[in-house]
Amino acid sequence: MKRKKEAGSSRRDCLKILAAAAGGVAAGVGGAKLVGRLGAPPSGPWLVLTQSEADLVDLVTEQIIPADEFGGASAAGVVNFIDQQLSGPYREQTQSYRAGLKRIEETSREMFGRVFEALQWDEQTRVLQALESGKASKKIWSDQDAAGFFRMVCDHTMQGYYGSPKHGGNRNYVSYRMMGLEYPRVIGQNRYDSV
Amino acid sequence: MSNKHVNAIVVGAGAGGGVVAKVLAEAGLSVVLLERGRWQNFHDTGDDELISQRSPKLTRAPGPENKPSRKAHEFDNGSYGVVTPNNVACVGSGTVTYGAQAWRFMPQDFRMKSIYGALDGSTLDDWPISYEDLEHCYDRAEWEVGVAGDDTANPFAGQRARSRPMPAFPYDREAQLLIPGMQRLGWHPFPIPMLRNSIPYGGRPQCIHMRTCCGYACPVNAKCGTQNTVIPAALATGLCELRTDAVVSEVMVDDQGRASGVKYFDINDRLQEQSADLVVLSASASGTARILLSSKSKLFPGGAGNNNDWVGRNLQGHCYVGAFGLMNEQVYEEAGPGASVAFCDFNHGNPGLHGGGMLANDFIIMPYSFTHQRPAGAARWGIAHKKFQREQYKHFIRVVGPVQEMPVFDNRVMLDPQKRDYWGIPLLRTSGTKHPHDAEIGQFIAGKAEQLLQEVGAKSIQRSAPSPASRRSAGGGQHQAGTCRMGDDPKSSVTNRYGQLHGIDNLFVADGSLNVANGGFNPVLTIMALGFWVGEYIAREWRGGGRFRT
Ligand SMILES: Cc1cc2nc3c(=O)[nH]c(=O)nc-3n(C[C@H](O)[C@H](O)[C@H](O)COP(=O)(O)OP(=O)(O)OC[C@H]3O[C@@H](n4cnc5c(N)ncnc54)[C@H](O)[C@@H]3O)c2cc1C
Ligand code: SF4
Repeated sequence: MKRKKEAGSSRRDCLKILAAAAGGVAAGVGGAKLVGRLGAPPSGPWLVLTQSEADLVDLVTEQIIPADEFGGASAAGVVNFIDQQLSGPYREQTQSYRAGLKRIEETSREMFGRVFEALQWDEQTRVLQALESGKASKKIWSDQDAAGFFRMVCDHTMQGYYGSPKHGGNRNYVSYRMMGLEYPRVIGQNRYDSV
Repeated sequence: MSNKHVNAIVVGAGAGGGVVAKVLAEAGLSVVLLERGRWQNFHDTGDDELISQRSPKLTRAPGPENKPSRKAHEFDNGSYGVVTPNNVACVGSGTVTYGAQAWRFMPQDFRMKSIYGALDGSTLDDWPISYEDLEHCYDRAEWEVGVAGDDTANPFAGQRARSRPMPAFPYDREAQLLIPGMQRLGWHPFPIPMLRNSIPYGGRPQCIHMRTCCGYACPVNAKCGTQNTVIPAALATGLCELRTDAVVSEVMVDDQGRASGVKYFDINDRLQEQSADLVVLSASASGTARILLSSKSKLFPGGAGNNNDWVGRNLQGHCYVGAFGLMNEQVYEEAGPGASVAFCDFNHGNPGLHGGGMLANDFIIMPYSFTHQRPAGAARWGIAHKKFQREQYKHFIRVVGPVQEMPVFDNRVMLDPQKRDYWGIPLLRTSGTKHPHDAEIGQFIAGKAEQLLQEVGAKSIQRSAPSPASRRSAGGGQHQAGTCRMGDDPKSSVTNRYGQLHGIDNLFVADGSLNVANGGFNPVLTIMALGFWVGEYIAREWRGGGRFRT
């Protein structure tokens, strides 16, 4: 019974969110007018992450998708996406995040004598490259695969940045605008013009 | 509370089951159609890439629900674990969200052993029926579900009695770019047949060309699935009752070896019994085998129809191979959904190979999935990643197709000896290792995709096909087939040529389980055709008064 109720209510939530997204369509198609409509991404309170974990995830994901003339992971609210999923479908990854984030700090201290937050941009990049290439200290990453952890965070960042905004990331459809994709779409309308 | 006895139970409202329900109800049988999922439409899932069937990251919509429907899987390193389900559960099943490629297999696909001979380590065989036997059923599927297409430019297609009901879709930009290349190479391009409305058809509107089609439900009902064609037709007879949220656990087989009905869990998780004169299982290659294996009785202690231990074996999926490349000019266009042109020059007759496969340009890839498409050595993150996303998305072109998979006796689904699901039904467990020849065919076909991309001037071409040296664990997935193959010899098949179980006259299978060999094509039109084939046989016998009472 419980199973069915859960499925039912989540579907209703889904519908509400879709309806909200559809409201966005009416308000301004094509992006430009949507910029900033949703304001700055949330900065807590978080569902799963602590504030300092969230700050670190924000910096790491911004390295993965940095800002240029279009916002990066931070502006897209990727940390918000990850926090939400860690309380849902990615619940089983929470421990791995907790441990991995600590180890990023330790790796950063070992490489540069400072915590990740205190590093220059390029130094941060080098910490993550060390993770990715498996060159990070095996002492620190004794029972966790650094490259595997980085791959996971990288993939979650991609999901948060390029996935539907209803999961907490891709705020203001920043990735779609970055890629030059018309979004949100008014179903049909643009087709009748071009076909 | 007991349910009223009916003439026929059909289990599974997917591709095969939806068709069978229609044929039986129109023949005047009273039918109960049992489906574990529910009605689904675009508004339940939207165009959300992270839950779509193509890249289900957060959940898989529509269904099956993650926790209650988990299954067990043996990995290629020999270890085994419980994994999330990877098929579909709703009225229409995969036909709600499919890419809708509407392939007829070629005549050769039914005669694999006669043409190629036996292959070591494989149970490769001929079907007991021919393309010609099935031709009128393909025709019915094309007209009663709805297909747009035109074979006149495909010299490899089997004979057909008449054309399809809808004209082919016009070529998209990628197709226009690829076709001159194919022609220079001497190949034969033609438009992919599609279960989508190119013109209004069946009381539903024409396709409005979205970016999202494969993996997503259709917002305007222009995609033709069983949920908006044959199932409504079955219901309209007044003789078919559809029960959703009905999870079938077993077929009841009596001591005389006859099916008397099925047991299922209803929406409130209550165990129900439904009796009938005959039962048709159309629960997909994995689902049907699971139900048969769970149906233990006096005469069939190892599961219904399983006295020769063939149920669940020869599980095939499809090895999907191809190549992508980057074009100088923009190939992307807003009018979707991609997948427009194909060629069948390499389905058969490839030297040294037991088969081949069709190749076609792919469906439009969505932004998240595109992050996984990179030439070797390209940066996966950082500003270089972002630049690639922005600069190459609209220049990306991919040519792919499913290749013949060699059936293997030990590639199978079985019941997990310990673990049970939410309803207490043993978990389905997949095990076995794919035949290395699949990868050899795959490499050859992917090479052809690569050759084509080179011919049209693509850069950074990247092949995707498994290495023949790699161990790949068997699995079903979207194109699962073969687990209850049809055949004339009860010792090496599960059903006869009409999907009727050897040894249980009133128990039938009508889904991808029957496929002896799964062709170098997406299988759904063949599965629908089999639905007509099995349904027509049952209706014929029923009218003749036989009624399967031995
Ligand atoms: C995203 C996607 C794209 C695809 N694209 C194409 C394509 O372009 N062309 C093509 O040819 N094919 C395509 N396919 C594959 C195609 O959908 C399948 O081959 C086809 O649906 C299989 O038919 P079937 O009758 O064997 O099983 P299904 O259609 O899967 O039907 C089985 C039904 O049985 C139900 N069921 C299972 N177990 C039970 C139980 N115990 N009790 C009650 N009900 C049960 C299931 O919920 C399901 O509804 C695609 C599939 C997907 C998912
Ligand atoms: S592309 Fe056409 S058939 Fe596919 S979902 Fe869109 S409108 Fe429907």
